[in-house]
Amino acid sequence: MTEEFNLDTVEHASRTPDSELPWADLGLRENEFEDIQTILGRRPTAAELAMYSVMWSEHCSYKSSKVHLRQFGDKVSEAMKQHLLVGIGENAGVVDIGEGWSVTFKIESHNSPSMVEPFQGAATGVGGIVRDIISMGARPVAVMDALRFGGIDHPDSQRLVHGIVSGIGSYGNSLGLPNVGGEVVFDPAYQGNPLVNALAVGVMRHEDIRLANASGVGNKVVLFGARTGGDGIGGASVLASESFDSSKPSKRPAVQVGDPFAEKVLIECCLELFAASVVEGIQDLGAAGISCATSELASNGDGGMHVELTNVLLRDPTLTPGEILMSESQERMMAVVTPENAAAFEAIMDKWNVEYSWLGEVTDTERLVIEWDGEEIVNVDPKTVAHEGPVYDRPYHRPDWLDELQKSSFRASKQHQERPQSGPELAAAVLELMSSPNMCSKDWVTNQYDRYVQGNTALAMPDDAGVIRVDEESGLGIAVSTDANGRYSYLNPYDGARLALAEAYRNVATSGAKPMAVTDCLNFGSPEDPEIMWQFAESIRGLADACQELGVPVTGGNVSLYNQTSGVAIPPTPVVGVLGLFDDVGRRTPSGWRDDGQALYLLGTTADELDGSEWANLRGHLGGQPPAVDLSIEKQLGEILINASRDGMIDAAHDVSEGGLAATLSEMALRFGVGARVGIDELCERDGIDAFTALFSETQGRAVVSVARTEEVRFTDMCTARGFAHLRIGVVDNPPGSPRGAERLGRSPVVDQASASERAETQPEPALDVQGHFTLPLASLREAHEGTLPAYFG
Amino acid sequence: MPRIVVDVMPKPEILDPQGKAIAGALPRIGLNGFSEVRQGKRFELAVDGDITDEVLEQARTAATTLLSNPVIEDVTRVEVIDDGSA
Amino acid sequence: MAPLEGDAAGARIGVVTFPGTLDDRDAARAVRLAGATPVNLWHGDGSLQDVDAVVLPGGFSYGDYLRAGAISRFAPLMGKVTAAAEAPGSPLPVLGICNGFQVLTEAHLLPGSMVKNENLHFMCRDQKLTVENASTSWTNQFTAGEQIVIPLKNQDGQFIADEHTLDQLEGDGRVVFRYAESNPNGSRRSIAGISNAAGNVVGLMPHPEHAVEPGFGPDSSGADRRFGDTPLASGTDGLSLFTSVLNTLLVA
Repeated sequence: MTEEFNLDTVEHASRTPDSELPWADLGLRENEFEDIQTILGRRPTAAELAMYSVMWSEHCSYKSSKVHLRQFGDKVSEAMKQHLLVGIGENAGVVDIGEGWSVTFKIESHNSPSMVEPFQGAATGVGGIVRDIISMGARPVAVMDALRFGGIDHPDSQRLVHGIVSGIGSYGNSLGLPNVGGEVVFDPAYQGNPLVNALAVGVMRHEDIRLANASGVGNKVVLFGARTGGDGIGGASVLASESFDSSKPSKRPAVQVGDPFAEKVLIECCLELFAASVVEGIQDLGAAGISCATSELASNGDGGMHVELTNVLLRDPTLTPGEILMSESQERMMAVVTPENAAAFEAIMDKWNVEYSWLGEVTDTERLVIEWDGEEIVNVDPKTVAHEGPVYDRPYHRPDWLDELQKSSFRASKQHQERPQSGPELAAAVLELMSSPNMCSKDWVTNQYDRYVQGNTALAMPDDAGVIRVDEESGLGIAVSTDANGRYSYLNPYDGARLALAEAYRNVATSGAKPMAVTDCLNFGSPEDPEIMWQFAESIRGLADACQELGVPVTGGNVSLYNQTSGVAIPPTPVVGVLGLFDDVGRRTPSGWRDDGQALYLLGTTADELDGSEWANLRGHLGGQPPAVDLSIEKQLGEILINASRDGMIDAAHDVSEGGLAATLSEMALRFGVGARVGIDELCERDGIDAFTALFSETQGRAVVSVARTEEVRFTDMCTARGFAHLRIGVVDNPPGSPRGAERLGRSPVVDQASASERAETQPEPALDVQGHFTLPLASLREAHEGTLPAYFG
Repeated sequence: MPRIVVDVMPKPEILDPQGKAIAGALPRIGLNGFSEVRQGKRFELAVDGDITDEVLEQARTAATTLLSNPVIEDVTRVEVIDDGSA
Repeated sequence: MAPLEGDAAGARIGVVTFPGTLDDRDAARAVRLAGATPVNLWHGDGSLQDVDAVVLPGGFSYGDYLRAGAISRFAPLMGKVTAAAEAPGSPLPVLGICNGFQVLTEAHLLPGSMVKNENLHFMCRDQKLTVENASTSWTNQFTAGEQIVIPLKNQDGQFIADEHTLDQLEGDGRVVFRYAESNPNGSRRSIAGISNAAGNVVGLMPHPEHAVEPGFGPDSSGADRRFGDTPLASGTDGLSLFTSVLNTLLVA
């Protein structure tokens, strides 16, 4: 094997200081290459150069974002850290949810791989985030995805939507992970740069938390799972220079193919390893593969590691040492095992038919030493690879064009003058809104995901948050929701990030859960553009401030930069995921009303806030300032929703956000196919707005709830006591015997066709009746809402 | 009726999870003679009338644009067969 | 329905795990909620551990990469299951759900096969079914003609068989479940589940084990709105398959 390469050993590197190295082709800057030489006191070997280049990349080192991301750690109070068992910096944060249970969750991007090969890119995105969760010691229990595509009618959207949705479904469904939420957004601003942000949640007992560190001198280092191939290394030129016969470069895959079956087996096998307590530390292999795993494990542990690289099991025997170190082959894990546990480890691998190879051991040398058939090809301080990479405080400034954009409000626009006002116009507007690409039903997508597997799903899309039971005895459980609004962030990145958190927080509270922690996926254009860097800095400042104000800490996440094509960047898109806690998921609040005669209350007040709204978007207007953010109101609203859920005062709740009250009422009615009679005139009078604004404004801090008659006094007393605006806006219209009869029926005996059709004749069709303005039969509303995605994607 | 057969295989350097799963199963049922399995696809394109060069060229285009994903798959055969030998 | 008491409460029902099985813990939960004791069985083991019945749960065993169920049918434990299911006298009740159904067809315990859904997509929805045969080991707690709602979730769910086999299944009353109102995946004659001649082996594509607890089944998703004139599902319609087998064991 060794004779196939010009092996560039450490000794050889010392002897040949002047060898040309392709550091620029590997993406390193000159100052970075000089830093590496200074650190090593000599030129790096080819293998060392490979390691530094991938570990010091933007993706792995966060070199442009680090100086800003620090705020997530700095703007944190002791109270916010109270429930944090593991904070930022590990594979994923861990939150204590009580009763000895802990939860880990994280969101991560797989944007550019999904553009190149949508199916495999999205699939391996799910695979990667799930391995982050496993490596904390947790059983993955749910996934969700925040997806952003270009224009729905753009030809490339066919390829991307079909590929990405089936890729996520194929991988997640095969792993047995319920997909319980997420987002699907269409906007030409993402043309050429679709966003695939995958979130995973895992649960574990406190004692099962595992960290990525290699402790205990003499403990063994093992690589297990799939074999290592030439995935994700893109044929970088250093590798060609390494290869013996440069006229015949070995072929390297352009994309990575996921193997969900291998990952499912890996999950079960890891959980068995954890249960048997046979691993000391564990790390998943993602970006930068073995380079990342060895350097991070070593630098987080006792500081040293010795590895024999020829022990790595290869899928492609032509790989050079540098390629092996850089390979991003999927479905691999690295663990640290005591010599006493080695046999137990091997028995579990054999049971699950998982391949493994012992690579080396933990040392106290403070050096990561990697040998190739006994010859030293890497000898570095692992901290310099993993943690002490370059840090850039890139210049940034507020874009000049922003002032003009912010001045161009919807209210002053021609489109506002032409706003719908009469009853028929408003009815048509609601149908248009609810059938629009962003507001239409996402069933076509979510029906391709398994939401039932594991048997603990208490709520899933289209409800406000995904709700998962953690403890079958007590009902202890969690809620998760993600949110972002690129238009809001484009108009005002500071407030846009706060709004994203506010909505995700509100969604979780609307389901009845107490918000506990935050994960974020920050998608932006090039940090080398000072205006984009400003958007990025402002977004982080906004998110960190808002987290502090709401008392929820960021526990981890991911930054995705360079989302731009031909100089056109995506709008700033900070996707925020919030995790909430239920004492008993049996108390969760669904987003649709059901029971006849229940009172509908609108919580919060409505202002004229249509800048950046879905309605303005439908009319091609983008300008002004996004809705005002008042986090103290969000906090109060959250407390009301959580208390009302816990005390059984409300039977349905849905927040008011994109699309305004029109969207909220429509979605609540369609959720269970039950109509309502709603009056908005009192609301217009109280808040000094017209019917159009009442229906389409996107003022924050609002929700609609459905309250049983018997609970109405208690509920309104609670709102009054807290001084929170509440207004009775209608009643649920679901008379007994109607198609959606409120009576809870079990299995239906043999269907009596005659009585069924008779019943249908005597009962009015369910409708959303906005009294004095319009009545929309739910059948036509549903047709508009559910027809859009099938019409485009079949 | 004459047909054109198109074979598509995963590129050699690309992971083939399907083939891997089958390769793992063979020894379990006592068939130890194989070191690797790669799973591909076979398409049969039926043609009304004679297969002209033009039709064959269309088949080649179909093979590389629609029937295979050039990022992860290779077209390994585009060949005319007659029904007698099929 | 209340869990059965008495002798059947001591029943031990095996739940088989193949590599890639997903719904094994759910099937075990359903067995427990029905009042019996679930016993985990590993595909590679050679013993059925004296269980009274066996459930082959759903999932993607071996990734379904070759054909769904094609590799799992060769598992050592499947030989035991097949022998016990066909044993004269008191054959072992066996329920195959989704991937388990596919394994049973590959193992030739049940006829027919499954191909990709007509729309070529993975499909997850609450599905209304008509119980056609309420006398098998796994359906005796239903009444014939009764309609139930349980989740359907699969990629290869289209049941196919030749006309002769279909006629025979119909004629022998071996169609156990049929899709009601709309055929979701193109299955021949809307067949959702079938049994063997003795009625001890039943396979179905929808997932009864995901409709056993109020709040965690079909009523939690709201997808019932697709059923037009159907009342809200109880969410627990699937439990009766598991109480049925306990009743079978009690009577036997």
